[in-house]
Amino acid sequence: MRVRHLACALLLIAAPAFAADEDAVPRITDVTTIEARVQGCVTCHGQQGQGTDNGYFPRIAGKPAGYLYNQLVAFRDGTRRYAPMNYLVAYLPDSYLKEMAQFYARQRPPFAPKEAPKGDAALIERGKAIVTAGDGAKQLPACVACHGAGLTGMEPGVPGLVGLRPTYVAAQLTRWRTGERRAADPDCMKRIAMRLTERDVAAVAAYMALQDPPKDASPEAANFVRMPMACGSQR
Amino acid sequence: MKRAIALVVIVVVVIAGVFAWKSTHQGYLPVDPKNASAPPNPTTQVIQRGEYLARAGDCVACHTEPTGKLFAGGRAMATPFGAIYVPNITPDDETGIGLWTADDFYRMMHTGLSRDGTLLYPAMPFAQYTKVTRADCDAIFAYLQSLAPVKQKNKPHELRFPFNKRELLLGWRTLYFKEGEYQNDPAQSAQWNRGAYLVEGLGHCTMCHTAINALGGSKESKEFEGGMIPNQNWYAPSLTSNREGGLGDWSLKDIGDLLQVGISMRATVYGPMAEVTYNSLQYMTDEDTAAMAVYLKSLPKKDAEPPPTDAAKLVQPAVMERGRQVYEKQCVMCHHSEGRGYPPEFPPLAGNPSITMATPVNPIRIVLNGGYPPGTRKNPRPHGMPPFAHILNDDEVAAVVTYIRVAWKNAGTPVQAAQVSDLRKLLPE
Repeated sequence: MRVRHLACALLLIAAPAFAADEDAVPRITDVTTIEARVQGCVTCHGQQGQGTDNGYFPRIAGKPAGYLYNQLVAFRDGTRRYAPMNYLVAYLPDSYLKEMAQFYARQRPPFAPKEAPKGDAALIERGKAIVTAGDGAKQLPACVACHGAGLTGMEPGVPGLVGLRPTYVAAQLTRWRTGERRAADPDCMKRIAMRLTERDVAAVAAYMALQDPPKDASPEAANFVRMPMACGSQR
Repeated sequence: MKRAIALVVIVVVVIAGVFAWKSTHQGYLPVDPKNASAPPNPTTQVIQRGEYLARAGDCVACHTEPTGKLFAGGRAMATPFGAIYVPNITPDDETGIGLWTADDFYRMMHTGLSRDGTLLYPAMPFAQYTKVTRADCDAIFAYLQSLAPVKQKNKPHELRFPFNKRELLLGWRTLYFKEGEYQNDPAQSAQWNRGAYLVEGLGHCTMCHTAINALGGSKESKEFEGGMIPNQNWYAPSLTSNREGGLGDWSLKDIGDLLQVGISMRATVYGPMAEVTYNSLQYMTDEDTAAMAVYLKSLPKKDAEPPPTDAAKLVQPAVMERGRQVYEKQCVMCHHSEGRGYPPEFPPLAGNPSITMATPVNPIRIVLNGGYPPGTRKNPRPHGMPPFAHILNDDEVAAVVTYIRVAWKNAGTPVQAAQVSDLRKLLPE
């Protein structure tokens, strides 16, 4: 086994656990490890997948491996479009994408400090209603019904939403609404997003940003609860 | 008695096992040539050889859409003259090549004439495939005919006038097309000839590694001297110049590794070449890879341009210092303070021709967009480089690319922030 300790390692070990800037700099101690192999991800997603200062790059740490794998495959095959990601993973085999997904699913880095609340009380109240109770009049299930009581997601394919920045949540919900983002059929998230208004999107993003992350950020077990809609990515 | 019961139990378990196995393994099992008791029959041998050769020709790269059915075509190829839609080459009778004969297929490969006599656009590399032997064309044809037919109509090209007039291709063919199978050079070894046959023919390497002029042609005299790839904005380096991708001082192992594995002790493939290694070269046998390396290493040394003058290499001390600072913060942990890298996982920058080639397009794009080498059979878990487009501004990218082009005795020239700004506007691909 080849183990190479690189000169810079000692310097960086002392870095604090959450330092967004330093955490976005490549760092390797042993070239054979998965950590060394995923340095291609760190300037956007951070060393442990906790995200960086940039609100458009999501936290990926602790999301279910099945979800992360589905996204990597979709980026590679072009069914989810974001040019920088499409380019990076274009020529990587399934087995490796799965390993990357499992690595980030295992990470539990600290959460970034919450952003200052945006939006008035009525907007946040609307967000709370959608997230925790849904909207029966619009056949809109509560976010927590699938994404978990702590919004930590559900194995194997429902992503955690906790720790995502409001810019990212709003941008993705808008992509679902316009049909640009989609998932395996039956595409439950598309059905849900089509029922959201622009204001609903802003409300959900604003409310989620105010929530404290739970102590245990692990996703809920598969089919722990009966989901209100059939989702292809849970099969 | 106990023994008899045990025997019955074993028999029952085995039978149940066989049934369980059968019910989960419907249909034919793939033939593993190593485990097959009898050698595959001649038809199987030809089809397997055809599959290998189709990979050597990288047919899949153009004739399959990213999420489409294998070889069903439909993919739009951007060219400077408009979009070309690649045809269906599955054996469907109506929309594919199901009714073609081996003669039709050979004529198409050899002369660039379709079955109905239409002149093919040179996006199909028939100027290279003309060198492929009849036997190899027949094998590829047998392989394509053995695939599942897909009914998918070809889309008409969207070429601008006058390029939509196929008669113009007669002129192009006069200038740039020389028909003829590869002829062995008796002065060279069998290995060299095999390499030349693969590189010049199915590999169609000159499609990118020779400059393409305004008419979409490439001159034989400029062969392997490098050129910008139209519409992709990557530079395919010269394979003859020692300053660029020139392979004169590379070991045969490093050349072969770069092609087949995707990484080597000298450099790593990226951009459009990553696709070639992923879809094609990783499947080449070690023997064929070595043959290509022998041939590529033997290409005559010729530099299209003289090396840069000392004046052209001058860098302002402030730019150099800024570049060094960026390098120390962002790059040094993988590429080493002296640019030696930690090869083959992290490529060296000192003495790496990709860094110093005359046009700085490639190193600028790599700094902006990062990159992963292709995951290959011999390197399924490659190490990647992250994008820096969102972290470094144009001046910082220009400074750090300038730094790596002139530090450690690298003989490159400085780059300007305006060049970075132009490349930043392009989508990564």
